[in-house]
Amino acid sequence: MSNKLDQSMSLAKPDALDITNKQKIALSIGLIGLFILVLAFFNVNFPNKGLFLTLSLSLIVIGTIIYAREAYLTKLEGIKNDGVWFKSISSRGILGWSLGIFLTLFYIVLYFFPIYLGLGKDGAVNTGLIALFDPLSNLLSGNNASQWFVYGTLYTVAILVFGYKFMLKYRHNRYQQLRTASVMFFQTAFAFVIPELMARLNSDDFSLPYNDLKNMWPLNYYAFDQWRVDQFINAQTIGLFFLILGVVMVFVISPYLTYKYGKRWYCSWVCGCGGLAETAGDSFRQLSDKGIKAWKFERWMINSILVFSVVMTVAVISTFLGYDSEKYWFTKSVFLISIGIFLTLLFAGIMYYKRNELNKSAIKGATGYFTLTIVFLVFFSFFDLSQIKINASYFSFGLNQNTYAFDGALRSFYGFGIGSIFSGVIGTGFYPILGNRTWCRMGCPMATIMGIQQRLFSKFRITTNGGQCISCGNCSNSCEMGIDVRAYAQKGENIVRSSCVGCGVCSAVCPRGVLKLENDSMDGRINPTEILLGNDVDLMDLVNKK
Amino acid sequence: MEHIAIIGNGISGVTAARHIRKLSDKKITIISAETDYFFSRTALMYVYMGHMKFEHTQPYENGFWEKNRIELKKGFVKHIDSTSKTLQFAEGDSLNYDKLIVATGSKPNKFGWPGQDLNGVMGMYHKQDLENLEKYAPNNKVCKHAVIVGGGLIGIELAEMLNSRNIPVTFLVRENSFWNGVLPKGESEMINRHIKNHHIDLRLGTNLKEIVSDENGQVKSVIIQETGEEIPCNVVGLTAGVSPNIDFIKDTQIEIGRGVKVNRYLETNIPDIYAIGDCSEQHEGIDQRRPIEAVWYTGRMMGETLAQTICGNKIQYKPGHWFNSAKFLDIEYQTYGWVFAKPRENEAHFHWKHADDTKCLTVCYNTETNDFLGLNTFGIRMRHETFDTWLTEKRDVNYVMNHLHEANFDPEFYKHFEKEILTAYRNNLQTA
Repeated sequence: MSNKLDQSMSLAKPDALDITNKQKIALSIGLIGLFILVLAFFNVNFPNKGLFLTLSLSLIVIGTIIYAREAYLTKLEGIKNDGVWFKSISSRGILGWSLGIFLTLFYIVLYFFPIYLGLGKDGAVNTGLIALFDPLSNLLSGNNASQWFVYGTLYTVAILVFGYKFMLKYRHNRYQQLRTASVMFFQTAFAFVIPELMARLNSDDFSLPYNDLKNMWPLNYYAFDQWRVDQFINAQTIGLFFLILGVVMVFVISPYLTYKYGKRWYCSWVCGCGGLAETAGDSFRQLSDKGIKAWKFERWMINSILVFSVVMTVAVISTFLGYDSEKYWFTKSVFLISIGIFLTLLFAGIMYYKRNELNKSAIKGATGYFTLTIVFLVFFSFFDLSQIKINASYFSFGLNQNTYAFDGALRSFYGFGIGSIFSGVIGTGFYPILGNRTWCRMGCPMATIMGIQQRLFSKFRITTNGGQCISCGNCSNSCEMGIDVRAYAQKGENIVRSSCVGCGVCSAVCPRGVLKLENDSMDGRINPTEILLGNDVDLMDLVNKK
Repeated sequence: MEHIAIIGNGISGVTAARHIRKLSDKKITIISAETDYFFSRTALMYVYMGHMKFEHTQPYENGFWEKNRIELKKGFVKHIDSTSKTLQFAEGDSLNYDKLIVATGSKPNKFGWPGQDLNGVMGMYHKQDLENLEKYAPNNKVCKHAVIVGGGLIGIELAEMLNSRNIPVTFLVRENSFWNGVLPKGESEMINRHIKNHHIDLRLGTNLKEIVSDENGQVKSVIIQETGEEIPCNVVGLTAGVSPNIDFIKDTQIEIGRGVKVNRYLETNIPDIYAIGDCSEQHEGIDQRRPIEAVWYTGRMMGETLAQTICGNKIQYKPGHWFNSAKFLDIEYQTYGWVFAKPRENEAHFHWKHADDTKCLTVCYNTETNDFLGLNTFGIRMRHETFDTWLTEKRDVNYVMNHLHEANFDPEFYKHFEKEILTAYRNNLQTA
C-alpha cells in the first residue's frame, strides 16, 4: 500500500507531520548551540572558550528540553508513536540518511583523524573543537581535553537530554523512567565524572588507567592489556583492587545479576552503549530488521566476535605473561591451561545439562566455535606470538602502516575492526539506517556472554498473557534488537531470547496488555503451546501435552 | 490428496490452515480478494497513525506460506456450487475442493442512511477502507473535519486515528453513554470523559439523519436527527457495528441466518462445508455467548478446533471462559468471565475507580452463592491464566478480592492498587 502521506524523500518538505511553532523555535535554539561547535571545528577562535562552550551546550540542552516538553506534555499520558514511520528522520528518509552520513563521518574523524578536530599532536596546544573543551577538561581532571574528552562530554550530554525526552515520552511508565534514570546516572557518574576526577589523583609515582568501573571485559576489550595491568599492579592496593574487581565483575557479579534479572541489568540499566541507544537512539528502534535472514546473520556474527575477542585477549595476555615471566606470578602455560580447562568444563557442562534446550544448529555452532577456540589455545602454547610479524596495512585499507607481532596484530585488528569500525562508526553512525542497537545485537561480545547465560541460566523472561495477543505487531516493530516478539506472543509462548536487553518497550506499546518482563522460577519458563488459553480445556490438554 | 479450500485469509482461516498443516499433509488453499497475505486487521489503525507500515501487520514472512505448502489465491468467490464442489470466481476461473471452510469475516453495517455511499463515506474494516481513508483524510488540510457514526470499538479507534493527524472529529453515539450496552455505567462514563479529554467532540444520544453531498458526489456535511444541526465535514466514518460478510452465499444451498448457520462441530447444513469466525452463526449461543461472535479470539479458537475435525478427530467447538480486550485511546481494557452492563438476576457489581479517572475495575458476583463471575479492568493489566483458573475453580468473590495482587500483570515498578481496592470493597460490603 502506498502511504500517500509519506513524502519522506522529498527535499522541499521531508516531513509529512508538521511540528509546532514552539518546536521550531526550540529546534533553532538547539541548532545555534550546535553551530557554535561547528564554528569551533572550523577553527573560529572564541575569545572566552569556557563561556562559549557553556553557551553551546546550554543551548543544545535547552532546545531539546523545550522541544520534548512541547512534544509530550501537551498531550495526555500514553504511547507516543504517532507518525514514527512518516517522519523523515525516523523512517530512513532524507533527514535520516543525512544524519547517518553526518554521524558516520564524525566517527571516522574521531577515531582516525582527531587532528581535524584540533587535537594538538605531541604536546602542541589544542585548536578547533577540542580546544573549546579545554576549560571543562581542566576543571575536571586538570588536563587539557583530548578527542575522547570531547566525545565523552557530547555523549553524556546526549544521554542526559534525550534521556529526559524519553522520560517524558514514557511518563506513565515507571519501569521506563527508572531504567532511564539509571543509565543517565551511570553514564554521568561512572563513565564521565568519576574517571575524570580520578585522573587528578595521578602523579609521577602513582597513576591509574582511565577506568570506567562498569565497563567490563569483553566490552572493554583492552581491560587486560599489559599497560593497564601493569599500571594497576604498580598502583598497589588500590590498583590491585580495581584489577581484581574487573575480574570479579566478569566471573561473579555479572553472572549473578544476569541469573537474577537477565542481561537487562547491564544492557538497558547500566551500559553506556545501551544508554545512548535507549535515549538518543530511541527514535530509531523500529528500524531494526526483524527478518529470519537478519537473525541468522546475527547468530553467526555475534558469536564469531565473541570467539575473536576471547582469542585476542588470551593471545595478548599469554604473550606478556610469556616474555616477562618474572614479573607476574601467573605463567603463560598456567594461564593457557586454566583457560582451556575452564572453557572445556563450561562447554561440557552446557552440552550435558542443557542438551534438551539446545537445537541442532546451536549444538553444531557451539561445538565448532569451541573447537576453534581450543585450536587457538594450543597454537598459542606452542608458538611465541611475539616472533610472528604481520603488516597491518593489508587489513586496514592502508590506514595503519605498522608491522605487529601476532598478538599485537590481533589486538590492533580487533581494536580497529570491532572497537572502532563496528561499535562506533557502524554501531552509532548507522543509528538512523539500521536501528539503534546494531552493535549490541550484532557485535557486542559482552552481550553474547550474558545472552548465552540469559537463554540458559536466568530467571528472566517476557511472559505472554494467555490468549490475549491479537498479532498486531507493535511489539516486534518496537523491538530494537530485531526480535520478532509477536511470533512468540501469538503462540502464547514466553520470550526467552539471548538477545533481549529487557528495555520493556514491547510491553509498553502492547495495546492488549500481553507482555510482562519478569524474574520468576526457571521451571516452565520456555512454554511453547499450540492451542492458546481460552479454548476448550480438553483440546488444550490433548494438543499441548503431546 | 484431499483438497481443503478456505475462503478468507483472516485469523480464523489462517489458524485453521496452520493447524491442518500441523496435523496432516492435505492440500490447502487460502482464498482472499482483500490482500495477498494474512495481516492483523486489528492493527490497521496503527498503519494510518504511522506507528507501523502495512507490512508490519503481517504476522508471517511471505516465505512462510510456501514453506508450509499453503497455497494462496487472490480472487473473489462469486458462487459456491456444493454439488460439484466447485468455487466460481468473479475473475472467471474456478477451483475444485473436497472440503470447504468459509471464513469471510464481517463487513461494516450500513443502515440505509441517505448519502451512505457518497465519496468520503467509509467503514473501517478492510484494507481498502484504510486506503480510502488515506485518500480522503491524508491530513487536516484535505480533511478539515470528520464525523464518526456509531460508538463501538471501531468507532473509537477511528477517532483515535483521525486525532493522530490532528483532524477534528465529531463522534456521534446513539447511546446516552459510550458502549454502555456492554460496559457498566461507571466504566462507560469514565471513557466518555477520556474521549472528551482528547478533544474529540463526543455527542451522546445523537443519531445521524442524513449525509449531504456536494456537487461532485462527495460528502459535504451530515445532518443530526435530533436537532437538525448540520455539521460540515469531508469524511464520514460509519462504525455502527459489523455483520457477517456472506452476500455471495445467499443464492447457494447453504443455510444462513444473519451468518452462516453452523452446529457445534462448525458444520453447515451441507456436508464438507464448514464456517468459522465472524461469518458463522451458532444455532444457539454457547454458554452465555452470542450466536455470532465477531472477536479475534473466537475466530482463532474456531480455527484451532475445526482443524481437529477436518483431520479426523471430530470435536465440538467448546470455548472456555470468556475473555476479551481492547484499548480506548490511552486506556487498556481487559475482561475475564462475565460482567454485563447491568447486573442480572442474583448478580451484583463492585466498582472501584482511581482518582485520576483513567483506572477502574468492576467485579461481578452472584449474590446468593458469592461466586465470582467476572471482572472488567481498565488501566490495570491482569493475568489471563490466573482469572481462568479462578473461574474454573469457582472461587468466591472474597477470595478473588483478597488475592487480586496475584493476578496483577502491570509492568514492574508500577504502583499497585490492590490494597486501595480491597479497602473500598470492604467498606462497600459494610454499607451495602
